[in-house]
Amino acid sequence: MKEDFESLSASLHPSLRGGEVRIGARSSAESGIADFTDDYPRFTHEMKATHTILVPDMLPWHFDLLVHVIRREGYKVEVLHNEGREVIDEGLKHVHNDTCFPALCVIGQYLNALKSGKYDPEHTAVLITQSGGGCRASNYVPLIRKALKAEFPSVPVLSLNFSGLEKGNGLELNPGFILRLAYSIFYGDLIMSCFNQTKPYEVKEGASAEARVVCVEEIKRALDRGKYRKLKRYVLFILNTFAAVPVKSEKKIKVGIVGEIYVKYSPLGNSHLEDFLLQEGCEPVVPALMDFILYCIINNVNDAKLYGKNKKTAAVFKLVYRYAYGKQKKIIKWTKQHGRYEPMHDFERLRACADLVINQGVKMGEGWLIPAEMAALAETGTENIVCAQPFGCLPNHIAGKGAARVVRKLYPDANIVPVDYDPSATKVNQENRIKLMLATAREKL
Amino acid sequence: MAKLLGIDVGSTTVKVCVIGEDGKVLSSSYTRHFSRVKETVLRELEKIRPLGERYKAAVTGSAGLGLAQRGGLTFVQEVQAAYGAIRAGYPDVDVAVELGGEDAKIIFVTGGAEQRMNGSCAGGTGAFIDQMATLLDISVEEMDALSLEAERIYPIASRCGVFAKSDIQPLLNQGAKKSDIAASIFRAVVDQTVSGLAQGRRIKGKVLFLGGPLYFLKGLRKAFTETLGLDAEHAVFPDNGPCFMSIGAAMYAKNAREETLGEIMERLSSSPDGDSITVGEPLFASREEYNAFIRRHQRSDLPFRDIHRYEGDAYLGIDSGSTTTKLMLITPENEILWSHYQSNNGQPLEIIVNKLRELYGITKDKIAIRGACVTGYGEDMIRAALKIDFGIVETMAHFKAALHFNPDVDFIIDIGGQDIKCFKVKNRAIDSIMLNEACSSGCGSFIQTFAKAMGMEIEEFARLGLFAKRPVELGSRCTVFMNSSVKQAQKEGASVEDISAGLSSSIVKNAIYKVIRARTPEELGSHIVVQGGTFLNDAVLRSFEKETGKEVIRPAIAGLMGAFGAALYAKENTPKDKLLSDIATEAELSHFTYASRAVTCKGCTSHCSVNILTFSDGRRYISGNKCERGAGLKPRKDVPDIYAFKYEKLLSMPKTDGGQRGTVGLPLQLVMYEQLPLWTEFFETCGFRVVLSEKSSRELYFRGQHTVASDTACYPAKLMHGHIESLLDRGVDFIFYPCESYNLDEHDSVNHYNCPVVAYYPELLKANNERLNEKNFIMPYLDPNDEKTTVRALKRALAPYKLSASLIAKAYRRGLSRMEQWHEEIREKGREILAAAEREGLHTIVLAGRPYHADPEINHGINKLLCSLGLAVLSEDAVFEEGSLVKVNVLNQWTYHARLYRAAEYCTRRKDIDLVQLVSFGCGIDAITTDEVRAILESRGKLYTQIKIDEINNLGVVKIRLRSLLAAIEEQKRRDEE
Repeated sequence: MKEDFESLSASLHPSLRGGEVRIGARSSAESGIADFTDDYPRFTHEMKATHTILVPDMLPWHFDLLVHVIRREGYKVEVLHNEGREVIDEGLKHVHNDTCFPALCVIGQYLNALKSGKYDPEHTAVLITQSGGGCRASNYVPLIRKALKAEFPSVPVLSLNFSGLEKGNGLELNPGFILRLAYSIFYGDLIMSCFNQTKPYEVKEGASAEARVVCVEEIKRALDRGKYRKLKRYVLFILNTFAAVPVKSEKKIKVGIVGEIYVKYSPLGNSHLEDFLLQEGCEPVVPALMDFILYCIINNVNDAKLYGKNKKTAAVFKLVYRYAYGKQKKIIKWTKQHGRYEPMHDFERLRACADLVINQGVKMGEGWLIPAEMAALAETGTENIVCAQPFGCLPNHIAGKGAARVVRKLYPDANIVPVDYDPSATKVNQENRIKLMLATAREKL
Repeated sequence: MAKLLGIDVGSTTVKVCVIGEDGKVLSSSYTRHFSRVKETVLRELEKIRPLGERYKAAVTGSAGLGLAQRGGLTFVQEVQAAYGAIRAGYPDVDVAVELGGEDAKIIFVTGGAEQRMNGSCAGGTGAFIDQMATLLDISVEEMDALSLEAERIYPIASRCGVFAKSDIQPLLNQGAKKSDIAASIFRAVVDQTVSGLAQGRRIKGKVLFLGGPLYFLKGLRKAFTETLGLDAEHAVFPDNGPCFMSIGAAMYAKNAREETLGEIMERLSSSPDGDSITVGEPLFASREEYNAFIRRHQRSDLPFRDIHRYEGDAYLGIDSGSTTTKLMLITPENEILWSHYQSNNGQPLEIIVNKLRELYGITKDKIAIRGACVTGYGEDMIRAALKIDFGIVETMAHFKAALHFNPDVDFIIDIGGQDIKCFKVKNRAIDSIMLNEACSSGCGSFIQTFAKAMGMEIEEFARLGLFAKRPVELGSRCTVFMNSSVKQAQKEGASVEDISAGLSSSIVKNAIYKVIRARTPEELGSHIVVQGGTFLNDAVLRSFEKETGKEVIRPAIAGLMGAFGAALYAKENTPKDKLLSDIATEAELSHFTYASRAVTCKGCTSHCSVNILTFSDGRRYISGNKCERGAGLKPRKDVPDIYAFKYEKLLSMPKTDGGQRGTVGLPLQLVMYEQLPLWTEFFETCGFRVVLSEKSSRELYFRGQHTVASDTACYPAKLMHGHIESLLDRGVDFIFYPCESYNLDEHDSVNHYNCPVVAYYPELLKANNERLNEKNFIMPYLDPNDEKTTVRALKRALAPYKLSASLIAKAYRRGLSRMEQWHEEIREKGREILAAAEREGLHTIVLAGRPYHADPEINHGINKLLCSLGLAVLSEDAVFEEGSLVKVNVLNQWTYHARLYRAAEYCTRRKDIDLVQLVSFGCGIDAITTDEVRAILESRGKLYTQIKIDEINNLGVVKIRLRSLLAAIEEQKRRDEE
């Protein structure tokens, strides 16, 4: 915390910018800064060799690839798959009652894993992503630290972020590393999309899952051999592999999933929403993770445009955006040409959709991306939408529940159900709400 | 041909209906299942046997899914079932409202079909009414009849039962009429339906009312039709209302497979019980373990002394709690002479008077009551009515009592019917106090309500839990959530025993992890005393020991600890030369009567509902008032209260004349409480007349309630909807309300964001209020720190008024300096108040929250309450600049919240100032700041107090908390002096 506090203190009071000051509880009134921070373990370069880094189960689709990339950089990484009541209970014990559900799940997973005895607390670290936005989610790192402090004080917390927070306490990034991560997300998105469009219709149970394994392994090999940038080759590989799975021609209800980033993707967070929809005979449509990343990037550009903030960094962000968006457009083009699968959303189209509903200035949490995705889904024939949100999620008041009415007005057939996820909300209640939405959907089918 | 069979399994009832070949309903029934779902359904099916042999069956209802799955029957979602039945039976209906045991639903039929169910927080409705009837100690039918005689409606929080309870309890204790309360409860149900479910859509046209409660309760019907403004033609209450869903299910069964009734029943009765619920360990592994447990706890007992033989001095303690009344008479040697514990049935005064008469009958002349002391919710009233010598805040009473049982006690937890109190003890003084927030309270009485719902007494219910084999895990949040967890467990076939044990463990977990917020059992300390009536339940006590892994002390008088503590206090504080207590004598009691009258105080704009009790000797006792005015006293002129100052100043800020260019409406809520000076000056300089929205009030909230999109947002945000309506009604040319991701940069945090709700609420308003459009609602995106882009954005937003960029720039600059001036005014007033407090020797409280907490409808007059307790009141924005810059553990990136940290730092450097943090319910960001503010204060030996505020307008709990704080501050002072 101390480092980023100083590194980000360009706008701070002059007296704060100076050198190392420790006061407060360890008091020294003259300098005028009171320090109430607790010390915490940092992740040092040496720990790379000695420590296992635990990663929460957030994106089952993508993490396979991302973790592979991180391992390639010499880190020992493990994705946690523990779940159940014990995980939630650990979270409840260590997180403030009113803190958002994702923090509770993630912290619960860490502590439950550390207590399982499978990991040596002296040689374990945990990793979390951090966006640095105005939503309280940017406080996950300190919250995790606080929770660990009580029982595993030697476990360091690493932050994965691109906004300069937690300097010297994250993964050591380099351009090749970042590029591999980015490509993994592109491929992960495509695999997720193809799988969801194949699975509900497969003739042979499990055939789509097999195709997924084939694709993931192929991409891993490409990452290892440095051939991963041959985008077209691997995009076509994925499309063809899934297209080879025999399917039935029946019509199923398509259900889009939008919402807060964690509960949207994580089965632990959303009580296995995708599986539930598949069971109900629906085709889940899950928007791409890359859209969220582009959303974060473009918000910096928007900030410069709206408020003249950080124009120089914004120019860099704009370049990054152009590069990534260019790749996305190509993937969409090839998917269209291939013809078998509905392509994922074009990000510029998402922005245009957002403008119909809400201002792109709404940039905290998932902000304008939520109504944008709702509108884009409705526009492309997925009118049934689950808006997944943690109970009491602040940005979601505005951009989720708050914006649904406008989307419905624009697309009268849009059938949107907001679902709250919460440690104590029962599955029955959540499923009932979704079933209600499906009842309306079936009537229309 | 087969007949159609519909089965609706709700949370509390089973409805079965049979439809014949001609579409006629041949039979329908409505039965409570007391969570024995399978047996009840089978019994009801047996009854329809005479109607025929072959059926097509479908199941619906919130608890019906598991039954259908395991019994191999068709399931139909309940709203879908209702939808079908509505279309067939009432094709001209526009909206249907259905209230069930725990569900509430609205189906909009015309104008875009839409179906809505209550969210996870909205709680039950039928169960809510049941719970309230239990609280009033009458049957639901009696409550219904009473409600029709109501003369006035009290505001009762409608979000969930727990909130409502904490509104109702004080009304009961103050002697409000049950009939009025009953009607108010029904009104609260209606409000909940309108705000929680309709969310922006008006309930109008022809409305169909369905479900048991709306069929059986006339008072509820009346509340709905009156509130929605429906006449007899537009409010339809069908005769088959309670069974409506089962009819829908039967209609849906058309597509089901045809089979014999025998086959259906056979499959149902042989269907397995579910196993997917999480279960915990049994409370006791063996009988021996249980016996050892019982023996160990029998050791903590007080000696008794036979009152009939005793002669000498005695001291009386009275604990007038929220749901129970406790009395105890002790000897100077702390022996119990006499004690009494009973539910107060909403009549605490009557009970105490009767009991005292009884007591006097025994004591006669041989026992002299030298001192008496009263504590608890009813303290003030009882003390005034019966002229009792001492009154102490209940936390102190409990502490005194616990000290008696273990002088080394370092942690006390008291779970009563309504509330949980925990305190840590250091150096024989209370170090910190934790009370449950409105959200997790109501725990003890919750088990009671549940026991009743299952048709048994609490003792029996608790006993069943002791030897449950597979206690279910029910979660640990508020009772409404537990309700649905129980529902799920029942669905999965858990037994009553397992549920009873599960509830006990939930209560314990709730207390440990939510109220105390302990991370590990070690934090609780090593000498724990547990008390309160709820701990007399052995299942709860055992769960507590299991969860903490510690052996604790539970005095045999666990339920009487408040009274015992009060008696001890009386004993210690009665002067040596005082031989007889002032308490009303036998003669005085013999003709003691009282009358209660409710009036609205017109002393100020708060319009408090004040209750006046007049006693037979002519004395009066006034309650419900928030300041001296309500009590008929004259308020002092220069109240040391910055909240009142800020609010009055803001209201009078806009000029009342001018405005050649037109009128602009500024909604005085959220960010406008901070930026009103900026935008008033800006618009007045530009030639507009500024019109403010009406003052916040509950009525104003109701006016905007139909446009509230998210009912779990904070109350200040939800009030905003009313402010917008008010400005629209005032006919301003346009409303100005900017979106601001960033707040003022005060150079003391990493970033200077607003919270997401404050930043973007205009978007939500525009999206959900049909009356708003591009022209009458101007909401530019601004960063107040950057003049260039702000001027550009304002010019674009105000384009129709053709203002020049230079005028806008000039006006904006003037606005900024006006705001700066305003901040200086606040600081100046703060210094003034502090100086006055120092002069008069008053203790000062920094009531730290947000600028919008200055709104009396949001702070509910807590500032006045503080003043009435003899304190001076400052705000975070008056003092934070006196505080050092701080480094905290969390990401310090919001402007308002950075002020909190600095204000806290400032308080730690002053002996005569303490901080009380105001937190709006639903504020996600305060989940982070509260822990941090607490850490700052406690790291330097200061007490931390947090007050959660919502639409609830009840200061009872707040008062206890503040008085406990004051008592603790006193203790601290005394210790320092020693």
